[in-house]
Amino acid sequence: MFKRLKLTCDEATTICDKNQYGEASIKELIKLNIHFIRCKICVIYTKHNITLTNFYKRYSQRCKEIKHCMSAEEKEALKIALEQNKE
Amino acid sequence: MTEQKHTLNTNKWIDNYADYLYNYSISRVSNSDLAKDLVQDTFFAGLKSAKNFQGKASERTWLVSILKRKIIDYYRKINSKKGQAEVRMSFYDDGENEGSWLEERVPQSWDNASEKKIENEELKNQLESCIQKLPEKYAIVFRMKTVQEFETEEICKELGITSSNLWVIIHRARTQLRKCMEDNWFNN
Repeated sequence: MFKRLKLTCDEATTICDKNQYGEASIKELIKLNIHFIRCKICVIYTKHNITLTNFYKRYSQRCKEIKHCMSAEEKEALKIALEQNKE
Repeated sequence: MTEQKHTLNTNKWIDNYADYLYNYSISRVSNSDLAKDLVQDTFFAGLKSAKNFQGKASERTWLVSILKRKIIDYYRKINSKKGQAEVRMSFYDDGENEGSWLEERVPQSWDNASEKKIENEELKNQLESCIQKLPEKYAIVFRMKTVQEFETEEICKELGITSSNLWVIIHRARTQLRKCMEDNWFNN
C-alpha cells in the first residue's frame, strides 16, 4: 500500500506544478504531502513555486492589458495580397 | 423563430478582423512575424473555402476556426522528431539518480526581499527573456496555460496533446524558468 503512495521528486514536483493551477487531485495531494515528510528539498521547491506563481500572475495581468494591433501599412499590404488572391 | 444567417463580406475582412485574429494568434505563438503570417494564411484559406461557408456561425467565428487549424498545423510542424526527442529527455534523467534531486539542481535559498521588486518593469522583462529561452513548444503551452489562462482541456484540444503530456510540458517549462529566474533575478 505504501509503495503506491511513494513518489519520486520528479513526480512530486510535477504534481506541485499542477497544484499551482488548482488542478491536482486529492489522491495526488495526499501523495505529495507524504513525499514532503521525507523530502525537504521538494518543500523548498514548492515555496519557490508559490513565489513564482505570484510573479506569473502579475506578468499575465500585464500581458492581458496589452492590445496588439497590426500597423496601417501591414493591413494595406494584406488587403492588396488578398485582392490579388481573389483574382 | 428563424435562425440568423450570416454572410461573408471579404472586402471588410482586414478592417474588421485583422487585429482580432492577430491578437488571437500572437497569444498562442508569441512571435509577431509568425502571427502575421498565420493571419494572412487564414484570410487566404478563408477566401479559398468561402463557398463552404454555410452561415451557421458568424464570419469571425468561422475565420477563428480556420486560424485555430493553422496554429495546430504550425504546432504539429514544430513537434517534429527533434521536438519529440526534447520531450523524452528528462530534466532528472541521470542513471541511478533518476527522479531525485541532484546537488546542482537543489533549489537555492532566495532572497526574500526579491518579492518586493515584483512590480517593476525589469521583472517583466526578465520573465519575458526567460520564457523566450524555453523550447518553442514549452513556451507555447506555458503561455497558453499560465499567461492566457486557458482551460487544460481547451489547450489539449487545440494542440492535439493529452493532459498528462501537458502537465509534463508545464513542469519542464516551470523547472527551466525557475532555474533561469534563480540565475538572473534572485541571485543577482
